[in-house]
Amino acid sequence: MQNPIAHTINQNTFWVSPERVLFWEQENTLIVADVHIGKTGHFRKAGIAVPQAVYKEDLQRLMSQIYFFKTDRLIIVGDLSHSKANKELDLFTKWRKDFSLLHIDLIKGNHDILNENWYKEANIITHSKQLVVTDFLFEHEANSEKELSTLADIAYTFTGHVHPGIKLRGQAKQSFMFPCFYFGKQNCILPAFSKFTGTYRVIPQKGDAVYALTGTEIIKMG
Amino acid sequence: MAEVQHTKGFQIISDWLKTSGHSPFSFQQEAWQHILKNESGIVNAPTGCGKTFSIFLGSIIQFINTNHQNYKDKKNNNLQLLWITPLRALAKDICRAMEEVISQLELKWKVGIRNGDTATAERANQKKQMPEVLIITPESLHLLLAQKGYAHFFKSLKIIAVDEWHELLGSKRGVQVELAISRILNSQPHTVDASCAVWGISATIGNLQQAKEVLLASANTKGVIIKASLEKKIQVESIYPDEIEKYPWAGHLGIKLAHKLIPIIQKSNTTLIFINTRGMSETWYQTLLDVCPELAGSIALHHGSIDRELREWIEDNLHSGNLKAVVCTASLDLGVDFRPVETVVQVGSPKGVARFLQRAGRSGHSPDAVSKIYFLPTHSLELIEAAALKSAIEESMIESRVPMMMCFDVLVQYLNTIAISDGFDPEQIYREVKSTFCYSELTKDEWQEILFFITEGGTAMQQYDDFKKVEIENGLYRINSRKIAMRHRMHIGTIVSDAMLKVKFLSGGYIGVIEEYFISRLDAGDVFTLAGRNLEFMMIKDMTVFVKKTDKKKSIVPSWNGGRMPLSANLGKKLRQTLNKALIKNKEEQHDELLALKPLFDLQEKISHVPKEKELLIEQIETKDGFHLFVYPFEGRLVHEAMAAILAWRISSIQPITFSFAMNDYGFELLSDQPIPVDDTNVYDLFSPENLFTAIQRSVNSTEMAKRKFRDIAVIGGLIFQGMPGEKKKARHLQSSASLLFKVFSEYDSKNLLLRQAYNEVMEQQMEEARLRDMLERIQHSKIVITFPKQLTPFCFPIKVDSMREDLSSEKLEDRVRKMQQQLKS
Repeated sequence: MQNPIAHTINQNTFWVSPERVLFWEQENTLIVADVHIGKTGHFRKAGIAVPQAVYKEDLQRLMSQIYFFKTDRLIIVGDLSHSKANKELDLFTKWRKDFSLLHIDLIKGNHDILNENWYKEANIITHSKQLVVTDFLFEHEANSEKELSTLADIAYTFTGHVHPGIKLRGQAKQSFMFPCFYFGKQNCILPAFSKFTGTYRVIPQKGDAVYALTGTEIIKMG
Repeated sequence: MAEVQHTKGFQIISDWLKTSGHSPFSFQQEAWQHILKNESGIVNAPTGCGKTFSIFLGSIIQFINTNHQNYKDKKNNNLQLLWITPLRALAKDICRAMEEVISQLELKWKVGIRNGDTATAERANQKKQMPEVLIITPESLHLLLAQKGYAHFFKSLKIIAVDEWHELLGSKRGVQVELAISRILNSQPHTVDASCAVWGISATIGNLQQAKEVLLASANTKGVIIKASLEKKIQVESIYPDEIEKYPWAGHLGIKLAHKLIPIIQKSNTTLIFINTRGMSETWYQTLLDVCPELAGSIALHHGSIDRELREWIEDNLHSGNLKAVVCTASLDLGVDFRPVETVVQVGSPKGVARFLQRAGRSGHSPDAVSKIYFLPTHSLELIEAAALKSAIEESMIESRVPMMMCFDVLVQYLNTIAISDGFDPEQIYREVKSTFCYSELTKDEWQEILFFITEGGTAMQQYDDFKKVEIENGLYRINSRKIAMRHRMHIGTIVSDAMLKVKFLSGGYIGVIEEYFISRLDAGDVFTLAGRNLEFMMIKDMTVFVKKTDKKKSIVPSWNGGRMPLSANLGKKLRQTLNKALIKNKEEQHDELLALKPLFDLQEKISHVPKEKELLIEQIETKDGFHLFVYPFEGRLVHEAMAAILAWRISSIQPITFSFAMNDYGFELLSDQPIPVDDTNVYDLFSPENLFTAIQRSVNSTEMAKRKFRDIAVIGGLIFQGMPGEKKKARHLQSSASLLFKVFSEYDSKNLLLRQAYNEVMEQQMEEARLRDMLERIQHSKIVITFPKQLTPFCFPIKVDSMREDLSSEKLEDRVRKMQQQLKS
């Protein structure tokens, strides 16, 4: 597994990890998007036999990243859970208890439809629209430019929702699609953390930085 | 038992036939004889010569004989004859024909239809009182098995008839039929004279004997084959371009020849024009109208994605002779005859002898009429196929339909189906399933694995799992959840359809259906063609594509995935033999088609080589796209895809190198960014049949083939939920794509049986080891000719163009190809 790569925004260092998380060094904070816990369970409850091992591995991966960066805080930019409550979420709650000192913020995404009590019990601070930390803004979906202008003092925004993927082309028409971190001029779109998610192809604009995650490596483009 | 001729039933039927001026064909009498003896079998007869009556009247004779006192008065006799047909569209015509007979014989029988179009009230009535004859599709039959107490429907059933069995055999719908037969036969009360017979009706195929074995496997009887010896004379005539293009490419030449069809259409009563893909049929319909505007109103377009009502209207007007011509796809391959049809045109390669014969047979219906079929090539090289087809017909070289084996996806679906209705006893059902041809090799372990899959959903973290589907109650496997049962019923029909979206006008009005795959590449404002209309794409909402009418001329013609049939092995062999004669100059010995292609062959020979039957041609060409290796085995697209993968794998084990592939029915291309190390020193090793199995296994893992197969399997096996009416919002959280599931299963549950099936299907259908081995052995005994042409050759040109197609819109492609042709000519 390749070591994380540093990406600097406004004198802050963000470490891009091949495990689909971003580590904010100055704030000792881990940022993730679209974890979709309980998704396999939701499918299975409906009689669709998706392997549960994906979910188990997602949780283990999150845990190992928390240990690796020795982080104090986890910011989830939306879609922590996939749908209604199910037994898989109990595993998350149990897991959460092992990290009781970890501060978790969730900016609610369109999939975060659980009962408020659940978040309380899981000791997760929820934010219905956005969260501002120093001069960075966290939200699930990027706002339109109009709304952004009202927040003039925001340096940069982090979002999820899109599940961005990048198509890499070689010669002789070879091509692959990989999940990626997409750093635009004003905002960063994080890849979906869960491996039980598809990707939506993004097309980089000039001056944007894209980190493609091939599984074990990070390929920087632009 | 008495000879059939002496029975009362026979007398009544033959008297009735006499009143309309007919007498029974001898194959019909033969069939009746066997039906009266309660035997099973296959009737082998072409369309349009009374094959329906060979079984249907047999069933009636049987009924009259057992009820000769009161046969005219007996009502509500329960289901006597179950008529399984592959196409919904056929049901109506068959029903009409049967009802006519019944009313003339003054019987009190009823004929019912049950398929996706049957109204709910009608279904409910059938449930209360089954008609004597029920015409049904395989999917609807499985839906019937999902009804509580279904065994009751079949308790007095005498005959299961499977129409167009050749069409079902070799598909998963055929497997559905096998399973349904096994269940129905075993659900009947065990009395000797009540045992139900199974009859198939099939056109001529290469493996008729096997077709019978598959159909009758669970009936545990040998059965008979009854052949109608009615041979039709077939005359094939090619339509030639005025000038042979030396650089042919698929898809555009046909249209240029459209004007040559006009006199043919005008000359005959009604003409059917068969086009291979739905997309091209749209283009053809437009073009014919452009070339000859006075045809407006008297020509129509018929394909599987067109609204059913419109299709029925077309079929009715074909019967009445109101239409001058119909542009159609395989949608009109089957079924009852349209008597007014005098002429058939095949545009582009029919890909197989059997299909070509079937289509030709749609014309010329009087007993000794000659069926005339015109062949219109879509690129000049296809003329070789016309020559090959002619000699294949002379030698009656007809393809086999290979039955599908071990389809876990269909089995999973079937088990869920019978778990919904009355639940099943695993011991009993295991015996039944194993008695079918498809699952005769099923092991006890595999069976346990399937049960584990439907009850536990595979391995999981038990205390954190809510998997729910089939539950075990007192040894019976059942589905209790109403919601899951409802979803499953929605699913049963999905064997045939891909993810299809409805197309509607924003202002209301249904136009047809279209593949999600196509629409997903469009942006709002793009214009596409469907059902002969130019439509502007607006948005997708709730599985429906909304469009509006547009006057814009530029439009994209959808490509439907199902469009590409591979060339059959028989036709491939014939092609290689035909090429032998390519350079013969003597006119008497030569096919007209090859003579016309002379300039193309001369150029091919000049810059490369024209391969003889016992030769394999390989061309190495360098262009600005990279290094190309073209190989021409003439084995059909699927085998070429497999061979390309194997060859690529073998070359890459000589040195690290990456390829992309392209192929058509004649050959394939490997393209790389570095020189491809194939020369006289290693070429025989690269095409060696040794270690073929390893090569297949290694190379198949590195391709996308299994992923593509998995798409269907995931849908049939119930992993992909396509949504149901009224529940779409809730179902949104259950959406996932086949490629995502493929990835997840490959990574986390690589032994999953549906995933394994995807690989098996690739091995059996595409990487078909036997056919590959035959090919490689043939190559070992052939002379391999490697040439290094300085420019693209007539043979490789269509492959090259095909591979460019993916990335470019059609218009840009036209321009680019024209430029390439210009450069090559100068």
